[in-house]
Amino acid sequence: MSTSAATRSEGTPISGSVVPVGTGRRRPARRGGGVDRAGITPWLFLAPFLALFLTFVIAPAVLGAWISLHQWDYTLPGKPFVGLENYALLFDPSSITFDAFWESMRATAIFTVFSVPLLLVVPLLVALLMNQAFPGRNLFRAAFFAPYVLGVAVIGVLWRYLLDANIGLVNYYLGLLGLPDDTAWTTSTPAVWVTLVGVTVWWTLGFNAVIYLAGLQDISKELYEAARVDGANSWQQFWNVTFPGLKPVLSFVTLVTIIASANMFGQSYIMTEGGPGTATRTAIYQIAESGLRNYRMGEAAAMSYVLTFFLVLLSLGVVMLFRERKG
Amino acid sequence: MTGTTTTWTRVPRPLALVSAVLAAGLTLAACGGGQSADEAAGGGAEPEGSGSTTEFDGTYDGPAVELSYWNGFTGGDGPFMEDLVTQFNEEHENIEVTSNTIQWADFYQRVPAAVQAGEGPDVGVMHLDQLPTHAARNIIIPLDDLTESLELTADDFTEEVWDAAVYEDQRYGIPLDVHSLAMYYNTEHFEAAGITEPPTDEASLMEALDKLQAAGYETPFWMPTLWPSHLYFLSLTWQNGGDPYGGDGSAATYDEEAGVEALEWQRSIVDEGYSPPDVAIDSQYQAFKNGETSITWDGIWQINDLEETGTPYGIAPVPTIGEEEAVWANSHHFFITTQAADDPDKLEASKVFLAWMSEQSGAWAGSGMIPARLSVREAGAMDGMPQEVIAEQIDSMRFLPPVPGLGGVQAEALEPAVAEAVLGSGEPAELLGEAAEQGTALIERNRESFGG
Repeated sequence: MSTSAATRSEGTPISGSVVPVGTGRRRPARRGGGVDRAGITPWLFLAPFLALFLTFVIAPAVLGAWISLHQWDYTLPGKPFVGLENYALLFDPSSITFDAFWESMRATAIFTVFSVPLLLVVPLLVALLMNQAFPGRNLFRAAFFAPYVLGVAVIGVLWRYLLDANIGLVNYYLGLLGLPDDTAWTTSTPAVWVTLVGVTVWWTLGFNAVIYLAGLQDISKELYEAARVDGANSWQQFWNVTFPGLKPVLSFVTLVTIIASANMFGQSYIMTEGGPGTATRTAIYQIAESGLRNYRMGEAAAMSYVLTFFLVLLSLGVVMLFRERKG
Repeated sequence: MTGTTTTWTRVPRPLALVSAVLAAGLTLAACGGGQSADEAAGGGAEPEGSGSTTEFDGTYDGPAVELSYWNGFTGGDGPFMEDLVTQFNEEHENIEVTSNTIQWADFYQRVPAAVQAGEGPDVGVMHLDQLPTHAARNIIIPLDDLTESLELTADDFTEEVWDAAVYEDQRYGIPLDVHSLAMYYNTEHFEAAGITEPPTDEASLMEALDKLQAAGYETPFWMPTLWPSHLYFLSLTWQNGGDPYGGDGSAATYDEEAGVEALEWQRSIVDEGYSPPDVAIDSQYQAFKNGETSITWDGIWQINDLEETGTPYGIAPVPTIGEEEAVWANSHHFFITTQAADDPDKLEASKVFLAWMSEQSGAWAGSGMIPARLSVREAGAMDGMPQEVIAEQIDSMRFLPPVPGLGGVQAEALEPAVAEAVLGSGEPAELLGEAAEQGTALIERNRESFGG
């Protein structure tokens, strides 16, 4: 919207007339230079966000690209320009960073593949349930959302102790129930993935559920009535009314969830320290390790860009997927 | 809950996380760049040549200055350091020291950035093995003139502690204390099992473990997979006559016979059933505090925590499993930053502070640490303190070689290998072989970037 308004102002966007901020507040009159005013107003509204966006997203992204072309240790005086060497090393199987980086990308992929479908489906079921009228509904809504309020440090430490193979409550109660009580939830694969995915789903499903719920409440009641009049059963109602109605929300939730999963870091940092071995060291973990602990900022920035590249591809895929279905 | 469990050198901490999360990804770039980078270039241009303006006479009579003092004493040791600072401030009218306590894990990430930006400490305390890294990064300045005028000499310190603070022929740290790994045992369990003396070698340790099992303590010695498992490994490797870094830190040599044997022994504790498998982060220590295990090796900095918890514990040196007595140790050293060196008054005041503190290391024994100075130890600073038995072992304490970036090498190469071997997901020899190769490559890469 805003961009189209800006382009409409034909060539004299900002430079022409800088309206003092004060006048903006007085709900500027339409007369005189209306087109100009229309050109500047959206920019003024955008300005606070734009300033933050430029400072904290665009500028670091550009600087990151620049850093990725150097051997960059900010504590050392020399930051030699190395061209694309940082990238080359990531694709050279004989370099020491190769294994570390691609193993971390693999860990990220495993986590994303298992967590995203669950984080799309489970919250939807929860939202459908919470959309019904029943006593204590608000309490349930709060209960599902509550974990999301907690910080990753809190849930990490909490589950790390609950799931401890030897001193954890989970194994203790499993034992009481006569189930296997020696699963090493945080120190063996594949159990550790069950842990990380499970905890993440428990922790963040509330967020997706709330978005779904908002989407559900946006679907007009009349559509359901019409469907019912046409004799649709509840499955048909879901498939023909609810699902299409949720599509815009669904594409948003899918994108956000994929990105969040691909950026997983805190859970494995706290619960497993990347273990067993380095099996759960995700890409972001590896980037933080290289860049912040070992001061290899150039290499870490290159890793970030490779990760970003894959995320962009994935996001485009998601966008295309939802667009095609629409047509 | 976590605050009390691992007060010390432990690397990853939940609280470090928030900053790390924020800094990761794209913002990583912002973190490394900006003004700090330019200042880094500027600040780095004059590494030395500071200091030695006038002869230091142990007093400061310039205008009133404020000193920013950073340390990582977040555990039972914190209050002792606070008391010392208060006392110093009372005794020195024109110097006001403000202390700032940060968890060690955050400390080593923040100090370089803060000093580069001129917002960091003037003086501080860091671990011995971190000194070369920070010296190479021009965060801290040489203190040779100070040690000379204080007449501090190697005679008053353990040779290894004293020598390890030297990087490229200059001294960067003044030792405060020494702390090592120790063996803690549950006195009630020992009594029930009929063990009268803490084990001192492999035979007596195994005998004690068998007795404990016979007395109903099924898993008396939990073998950690993460922290501090690699410290077990280092201690055992030294005990076997090996050296994890080829003596001078030029290469990672974990895969020598001594190292392989050490790691095989660690795994055997699990295989033989003395430890449950899959011991996760911190659980060996938690289990010890809860009385679920009878013996654990951990740092002497845990003494105050165990006292507070009321665990019935005894403390003894780590038994000698190999042929010679050896145990991993580290040391806290005072440093002065390049930031303080920019201001002659602050530099002078910083030296007064260090000189004063160095003399107070006796009072510091209350924190559970072993004072670094022989004269202080001989004056009876540790009489009746729990760590006294550990201090007797001071000559067998081993320190990592002064090589910049070694902490990162350990975290990248050694620690995962130790973890996997103890978990049983690989053969020690093979894992250590890979780790050594990776470690050596990292050391070489560090040498390049620090300009060797």
